[in-house]
Amino acid sequence: MEYALLIYGNDKVWASRDEDQRRETEAKHGEFAKMLQDRGAMRGGSELARASSATTLRHDGDDVSITDGPFAETSEVLGGFYLIEAADLDAAIALAKELPEDVVEIRPVVAM
Amino acid sequence: MNAVEAVEQAYREHWSRLLALLVIRLRRFDLVEDALQDAYVAAARTWPEQGVPDRPAAWLMTTARRRALDRLRREDHDRLRLPLLVTDAVIPGPDEDDPDEADVPIADERLRLLFACCHPALSADARAALMLRFVAGLTTAEIARLFLVPEPTMGARLTRAKRKMALAGIPLRRPDAADLPARLGVVLKVVYLLFTEGYRATAGPELTRPRLAGEAIRLGQLLAEMLPDEGEILALLALMTLQHARRDARVDDNGRLVPLPEQDRTRWHYDEIDRGHELLRTLDRMRGEYHLQALIAAEHATGGSTDWPRIAALYAELERRTSSPVVRLNRAVAVAEAGSPEAALTLIDGLETALPASHLVPTVRAELLAKLGRTAEATEAFEQALRKVRTDAERAHLQRRLLDLEPP
Repeated sequence: MEYALLIYGNDKVWASRDEDQRRETEAKHGEFAKMLQDRGAMRGGSELARASSATTLRHDGDDVSITDGPFAETSEVLGGFYLIEAADLDAAIALAKELPEDVVEIRPVVAM
Repeated sequence: MNAVEAVEQAYREHWSRLLALLVIRLRRFDLVEDALQDAYVAAARTWPEQGVPDRPAAWLMTTARRRALDRLRREDHDRLRLPLLVTDAVIPGPDEDDPDEADVPIADERLRLLFACCHPALSADARAALMLRFVAGLTTAEIARLFLVPEPTMGARLTRAKRKMALAGIPLRRPDAADLPARLGVVLKVVYLLFTEGYRATAGPELTRPRLAGEAIRLGQLLAEMLPDEGEILALLALMTLQHARRDARVDDNGRLVPLPEQDRTRWHYDEIDRGHELLRTLDRMRGEYHLQALIAAEHATGGSTDWPRIAALYAELERRTSSPVVRLNRAVAVAEAGSPEAALTLIDGLETALPASHLVPTVRAELLAKLGRTAEATEAFEQALRKVRTDAERAHLQRRLLDLEPP
């Protein structure tokens, strides 16, 4: 089964990391990605730029509105994601636990 | 027994076991529930004419399987359906050939279903509903009545839970040895929550719902059969049995709450108390929180005077393990009964912050203050309690206590 691991966090906290902290986080994600590859579980993933860099497009009848910012202004925002292959939810949880992030949403991907 | 009664008995005895056997094999709830329903309907139609079969469960299993295959063949393959439930291969076993066999060990399939129903990824409401439906075998209507919600609400809750299981890939699998303690802990928590909801209803006109408590005990017994090596289950069963034994003395004929010291002990069920003590005797070592609570309940259930210092000590150990404010509250009551109401007051100082919605904290404080002759403060505390109480019987009790405090 395919799952999306959606990483949520506080944008301000992420933005305020210094050079060393950023590099440390990158290294940990590198290790995580390698672990996924080794287990044949990696299907994709990316870090997302900060929420303030987002643009939201909305259809309103025939009009299309373009606004600055993410879809929802929340204190915790989507910061990145992985797509993984796991036999079941327990396997997905075991992998997600290894992520060096505080909050991870584990969402099944709809099979085509 | 006539044929209709035989069908009803076959439902009570076999439905949840047959469901587990079929769900593990067919990997769908909807198909299996419908096929089993078909089988029981067929039994109700044919057994009166053709006689009750020698092995009813085998008959039902065979019929349900046939109906399931029929339904599968006739299904619209294009229709969007939930993914199949995740489970491991089935090792063909005696249960499948002859589910009537009385001394066959509890099917592995039942355990797989049990742990899936109590998966941490499901909400607490969902777990309770699933346990009662698929493990205890209650109908949706019965479960709705137990939880005082309309039947469609409970139906929707069960549908959502089953959908979550399939979509999220919650595996129907026994946890491995490393995960078992934590997962079993969740199962026991579900069972005990069901029991406490029945033992002390949190809202509504009745103080207790003994049928719900009884179902929880039945679940506990089933668990003990399924997992005979897990002492924690026996400890929980002892606890529930001992508490449940007092059910007929806790509320008097006028629907009023009767505190433990004033209970009519002739209404206690001593056969159940004996069973509780017996269960405790089988435990070879300390088995955790439920064990401590059971030992406390056993102290309350002994003849003669209550050993309050021992109870206070047991609560102290329980508090050490759990850091639970409710435990602290109960410990304070025991400490007061053991002769130190001032020490008890100190113990519950500021406990409201941990239990803001509870009427029990101000109630206990009120009783302690009353015992110490601090009437004005006691009155205030009873009034605080009245603002928070939620069941009619307990409200009436508090109002009576307030009246007791008034100068004659």
